[in-house]
Amino acid sequence: MAKSDLSNIPGCVVIGGSAGSLKVILSLVTALDARLPFPVVIVLHRKNDASSLEHLLNDRCPLRVKEAEDKEDLAPGTVYLAPPDYHLLIESDHSLSLDASEKVLWSRPSIDVTFQSAAEAFGHHVLAILLSGANNDGASGLEYIRHHGGQIIVQDPDNAEIPVMPRAALARLRPDLLLPDYAMAAAINHFL
Amino acid sequence: MTLFVTDEEMALLLYDIQDLYGYDFNAYAKASLKRRINRLFALDRFPSFAEFRFRLRTDTAYFGRFIEQITVNVTEMFRDPAFYLALRKEVLPLLATYPFIRVWHAGCSTGEEVYSMAILLREANLLHKSILYATDINPQVVQQAASGVFSMQHMKQYSENYILSGGRHDFSSYYTAGNNKVLFDVSFKKHMVFSTHNLAAESSFNEFQLIVCRNVLIYFEKELQARVFDLFDTSLERLGFLALGSKESLRLSPANAKFRQVSEQKIWRKVI
Ligand SMILES: C[S@@+](CC[C@H](N)C(=O)[O-])C[C@H]1O[C@@H](n2cnc3c(N)ncnc32)[C@H](O)[C@@H]1O
Repeated sequence: MAKSDLSNIPGCVVIGGSAGSLKVILSLVTALDARLPFPVVIVLHRKNDASSLEHLLNDRCPLRVKEAEDKEDLAPGTVYLAPPDYHLLIESDHSLSLDASEKVLWSRPSIDVTFQSAAEAFGHHVLAILLSGANNDGASGLEYIRHHGGQIIVQDPDNAEIPVMPRAALARLRPDLLLPDYAMAAAINHFL
Repeated sequence: MTLFVTDEEMALLLYDIQDLYGYDFNAYAKASLKRRINRLFALDRFPSFAEFRFRLRTDTAYFGRFIEQITVNVTEMFRDPAFYLALRKEVLPLLATYPFIRVWHAGCSTGEEVYSMAILLREANLLHKSILYATDINPQVVQQAASGVFSMQHMKQYSENYILSGGRHDFSSYYTAGNNKVLFDVSFKKHMVFSTHNLAAESSFNEFQLIVCRNVLIYFEKELQARVFDLFDTSLERLGFLALGSKESLRLSPANAKFRQVSEQKIWRKVI
């Protein structure tokens, strides 16, 4: 059961991206409001490149960006990155768990896994954003979010560097918003 | 949408399992445990939760399958080569000064980690005075680990890992190949003891110079993690080493005060 009313976290933004989404994420974090009252969790398919992505994002983002650690509590105004090669799950007490189990749709971290756990932990207080990518990870996770009443934004395929992932999601559901990359940050800043 | 086991149903299931089989999964991290349970539920095509529960309550063999499927047994030889390089350079030289070396692999899965360690010890000329105790909650993986037989399929990758870990020999000299399988040098087995052991319920069974528990604790809640760290504390000699997985840490647990991290890798030393 979602315990959102028991913690000081009013909701959560989860972002899933794959091939062609790094550029979007880099510009998106630059424009985030420094006083966001909720956490932002990013799942990006990537190579095991140690912590360079964390530094890259931290240099641009007015919020603190960190790689998610096992069993740490989510904090408002913080951006968490799923570490390479682990699934990242949100627990109902709003802490984070890592999981090195089998890949899901050839992906670890899996966007579906994180989206699903976000839906269970935060119920309808979730905003899920699916970006550019070359596979169909994220689509079933978005269905979960929808099922629990959360909000859904998909990157407009015409605007995505690789439209396969947004298209796979659009084939399964109609998002609340279909947005180009430059409009993503504003949508996050206005969530809640 | 697929049928899914709810939180309340999962709580029922965990209660049954504890009641009937004595295994306590209540202190496992719920989000990933729930994923595993839902995965099994879908895999075995149960038409309803009631049937899933009934099967688990009444069929002991099926409970065996439950344990096998609920635990995450993914592993590899020389997983995270930099960790093994650190063992070679920073830990083994210190262990070399002991007359006898006892290592505990807690959560050894199918044994890849244990064989990796045995190779390190042999190359450091320490295996002759070492015993590796390898334990896991899942009896099936323990049995597989004890066989010393591994799939041929991964050997190329393991050999690359081995070289990255500082290995200088021909990796294939450690096994004989046949039939898509390889059998590791049987002389390794003389230095290994395999057994089931449940970290969530059982106590210490020896005193060790090195405990390796990698990629097991992420599946536990913080409280159970803390209990297991206490168990490791009691099971380690003073100045003994504790090695964790690359995303695990003692930092958030009370036992932290008794340990000092001694490497860039996740290796701690008991200082009190
Ligand atoms: C992902 S594997 C890790 C294997 C190896 N240590 C590695 O890092 O590659 C996790 C293992 O922990 C075992 N495990 C889970 N719960 C346990 C418990 N309560 N007691 C002992 N082992 C447990 C599982 O059965 C599984 O084999």
